[in-house]
Amino acid sequence: MAVSVDEAVSAGPVPKHAPPTRRRSGRGRAIVEVALLTVLAVVMLFPVLWMIETSIKENRDVYAVPAKFFDFDVTLDHYRDVFVSSGLSVSFLNSVIVAGASTVLATVLGVPAAWAYSRFTLKAKKDQLFFILSTRFMPPVVVVIPIFLMYRYIGLIDSALGLILIYTAFNVPFTIWMMKGFVDEVPAEYEDAAMLDGYTRLQAFRKFTLPLLVPGIAATAVFALIFSWNEFVFAIFLTSSDEVRTAPPAIAGLIGGTTVDWGLVAASSVVFALPVLIFAYLVRKHLVAGVTLGAVRR
Amino acid sequence: MGTVAAHGLRKSFGKVQALDGVTLDVPNGAFFVVLGPSGAGKTTTLRAIAGLEKLDAGSVRLDGRDATADTPAERDLAMVFQSYALYPRRTAYENIASPLRARRSSSSEIAAAVDRVASLLHIERLLQRRPAQLSGGEMQRVALARALVRSPRAFLMDEPLTNLDLKLRVEMRTELTRIHRSLGATFVYVTNDQVEALSMADQVAVLKEGKVQQVGTPTEVYERPANQWVAGFVGSPPISLLACHAEGDRLVGADGWTLPRPRWTTAEDGRALMLGLRAEDLSVEQRGDASLPGEVYGLEPLGDRTVVDVRVGTEILKVKARPTITGTPGERLQVTVDLDRAHLFDAGTGLSLSQAGR
Ligand SMILES: Nc1ncnc2c1ncn2[C@@H]1O[C@H](COP(=O)(O)OP(=O)(O)O)[C@@H](O)[C@H]1O
Ligand SMILES: [Mg+2]
Repeated sequence: MAVSVDEAVSAGPVPKHAPPTRRRSGRGRAIVEVALLTVLAVVMLFPVLWMIETSIKENRDVYAVPAKFFDFDVTLDHYRDVFVSSGLSVSFLNSVIVAGASTVLATVLGVPAAWAYSRFTLKAKKDQLFFILSTRFMPPVVVVIPIFLMYRYIGLIDSALGLILIYTAFNVPFTIWMMKGFVDEVPAEYEDAAMLDGYTRLQAFRKFTLPLLVPGIAATAVFALIFSWNEFVFAIFLTSSDEVRTAPPAIAGLIGGTTVDWGLVAASSVVFALPVLIFAYLVRKHLVAGVTLGAVRR
Repeated sequence: MGTVAAHGLRKSFGKVQALDGVTLDVPNGAFFVVLGPSGAGKTTTLRAIAGLEKLDAGSVRLDGRDATADTPAERDLAMVFQSYALYPRRTAYENIASPLRARRSSSSEIAAAVDRVASLLHIERLLQRRPAQLSGGEMQRVALARALVRSPRAFLMDEPLTNLDLKLRVEMRTELTRIHRSLGATFVYVTNDQVEALSMADQVAVLKEGKVQQVGTPTEVYERPANQWVAGFVGSPPISLLACHAEGDRLVGADGWTLPRPRWTTAEDGRALMLGLRAEDLSVEQRGDASLPGEVYGLEPLGDRTVVDVRVGTEILKVKARPTITGTPGERLQVTVDLDRAHLFDAGTGLSLSQAGR
């Protein structure tokens, strides 16, 4: 977000105007900034607002031309439909299971790996880390066909386990990279001291370093969770039955019949977006601390 | 019991040879100081003894038994880290209790042991604070307490006093010596401060660039430095070094001065030498037959004494004098040399040529 704000401010149509803006008095500059940010916020938030509005409009008002912004009738019917008649509740449950399990797995595997990469001298450590990162260079969609074929061969197609494994595979490298930054920040001497106290190396990690990593783990897990929760391409290719499908393909599946129940689509989208928003809000302090901690070397 | 013996320790970090064959023999109950400048490999030596560093070569024996492959916990040592490494989330009490918790002592034993060591180090009122709420000197005491709470085979201390202000450092020196005496335990103590080394040690090992330069009592290291580098590193003000060579029964300086050749040196004529003279073995007040002509370059009053910088030719001699001495720069004078206490080094190898005759 911060990046896009900067770009929006500096990439004005007439670059010559930028210096006068900078030189303006504090108040004038603040007004320009607020105006630009307001425009930006409106542009970015409009689709979200529209989605929320649609989700609480009576069907009549959803399809009204011209569109009604303020004077529509409010209803929660669409939300009831999401959980009762549409069958989407199964998809949401699947999403919770798949995203939750893959995040837990990626954390359990990635955090110790990050610790090892941070603490030990390994042969070709830099190359190994680069290889791990390189798995994230290409878009996942590139490998979806081979994975589909492999999954069909070993019977993981159309299973929650299949999705959990593929999401874990994508989240582990991310977790290792992100967590290595956090582990690097914790002095290794705490573990050295603990080992002299009489603990084993693993006990030293668990009792002394791990508690200091909790904010970093929370931040990393939120990112992994958001990735798994939002993932669409693998979900739609690797699953087909309604009992296994996660929410993104299931919601997408609502669009495409002869008539589209936009109220239901909007309501399910809101329900889909909420958990991530709430979770990110709860750990927002750790997120910011985490991102800066991991990035800035002292 | 607590003997620590390191033999031929070698360790490199990439291109840096941190330890280049370090051998130390620490007898039971000794206050053994490893002295060297920053980067000499002191910390690496301690970490190798503690089992925290994987060695390229060499062995560590504890109480006569090969411990090279043992884990740090198995070695039964305690270490005070240069950075203290106090656990940030735990109170001072919990930090001090940690070695006992790791070894599954009962909570009544722990409470008794922590109380004992807390009163030994006068930190009773700090026990409920976290490291962030402690000053440098207090953290240092807590770190010491964490080591002293147990009776390990030996205590390893990595520059524990370096981060303290001077007054506290002098106090803690005395206190540590007292603790060492009352415990009768083996201390391996690392420092870059030669005053600390000379005042606290039974034995000093002088380390430079991963190599032991000399091992001996503080007196030996001070009075009979094995080479020019040790002579220059130990002692304050630093020893003055003058280039010269022997010619018959005279020493002839590069600047043309001459002194009687000391009886004890065996150096052949013409060999390039360095004459090492300590400030207290020089005088601007007494008269003697061995003296050098010079002029006052500067005065450095230090309270109990004044160090006079005397220019001899192109070199500066540091001369100890009484505190009331006066002099103006440029004033000519004679510096009397106590040749029996002078040092001669081979200018090429730096090795001492004084040992043989003394
Ligand atoms: N973990 C490390 N990685 C790379 N170089 C190191 C490491 N530890 C020590 N060194 C290098 O080894 C040499 C000796 O270091 P050290 O034992 O810490 O010296 P001292 O404690 O005497 O100041 C130094 O040149 C230092 O830079
Ligand atoms: Mg050090």
